[in-house]
Amino acid sequence: MASTIRVRAQANGTSTDVQALIQHPMDSGFVKDANGAVIPPHHIETVTFEYGGKVVLHADWGPAVSKDPYVKFSFKGGAKGDPLVVTWVDNLGKTDTVTAKIA
Amino acid sequence: MPNRRIRARASLRVAVLAAAVAVLGGAAPAPDKTDPLADQKAFQASFGERFPQVPFADFANGPYAVSAPMRKQWEDIMQFPPYDFALDEGKTAFETPFANGKSYADCFANKGIGVRQDFPYFDTKTGEVATLDGTINRCREANGEKPLPYQVGLMASITAYMAETSRDKPFDIKIPDDPRARAAYEDGKEYFYTRRGQLNFSCASCHVGAAGQRLRGDILAPAIGILAAFPIYRSDWGSMGTIDRRFTSCSAQMRSEPLPPQDKSYRDLEYFLSYMSNGVPISGPGTRP
Repeated sequence: MASTIRVRAQANGTSTDVQALIQHPMDSGFVKDANGAVIPPHHIETVTFEYGGKVVLHADWGPAVSKDPYVKFSFKGGAKGDPLVVTWVDNLGKTDTVTAKIA
Repeated sequence: MPNRRIRARASLRVAVLAAAVAVLGGAAPAPDKTDPLADQKAFQASFGERFPQVPFADFANGPYAVSAPMRKQWEDIMQFPPYDFALDEGKTAFETPFANGKSYADCFANKGIGVRQDFPYFDTKTGEVATLDGTINRCREANGEKPLPYQVGLMASITAYMAETSRDKPFDIKIPDDPRARAAYEDGKEYFYTRRGQLNFSCASCHVGAAGQRLRGDILAPAIGILAAFPIYRSDWGSMGTIDRRFTSCSAQMRSEPLPPQDKSYRDLEYFLSYMSNGVPISGPGTRP
């Protein structure tokens, strides 16, 4: 199974632009299926981006975030070839992590 | 008395008919025969006149070919295509053998790589139009697997992978010299231009007459090349969808009763639309708003 996280990070001198796409159902717990049964909540709670042992972005997500979420941000610093670690944890305790290389 | 009146009217009709035959006979009447190639040329020329700024191959990109602001948004999205996950899933499924050891590759020419542009084709054995989606399911059935649902899920992922291997290859739909093939083409053409539903729309109302204009927040895609990007990740759906998903939701939006997926009329419609788009390169899988 391929990773659930896609990352693209580009260093441009003083800062690094990061884009990430995470595959996750992000079920809010307020939706019913075709048979009328409630689809239990299943969503990401925290996402972190770490660079050089330091957290550059930490996000608390909840049921309002859409399916297969996309995030884009930039941080100061970052050099070509350095690793960027992306991790998510959901409300069921499932987690995935990936180490991307800054381009 | 009434008898004579009828006879008089009948003889008058015969006289009129004879006169008509005489006139037509002199001018060598054009036979009432389907000419798909002439249709195709006229269809493509009309879109060329309507959108002179759009290069022909760009019709594969639907609304983005005719709307600059939407194109900008699309280019941003395409830095990170939302169909990526489906593409991975489709590739894995395509390469995984069935229980009997065979695989999808055994059911297609060139092992299923770079063949999307040849679909749909007219199958002279069954006498019907065969679509890519239908051929995938027949392949599964022939190898003892259950057919896949047509509109979403794995079917969309597998066709996405097959389309991706065929990118930039122009649509190459053939209408063989077979009356049944011409009948299928005619049926698809008729479906395309027939008004239906409570809104009394035809496919052509939006995708020919109003192509490039707004329908609320959306830009209507020109009919030419409209299937080149399928399957698509549609933001409105939040997931992938096949041609069948698009056809059924179009039908519902016109407030008509959608046909079942892969219904003969839908397949004929796909045949007609793809034939009209001959020469437009495959751009699937695509993203649409």
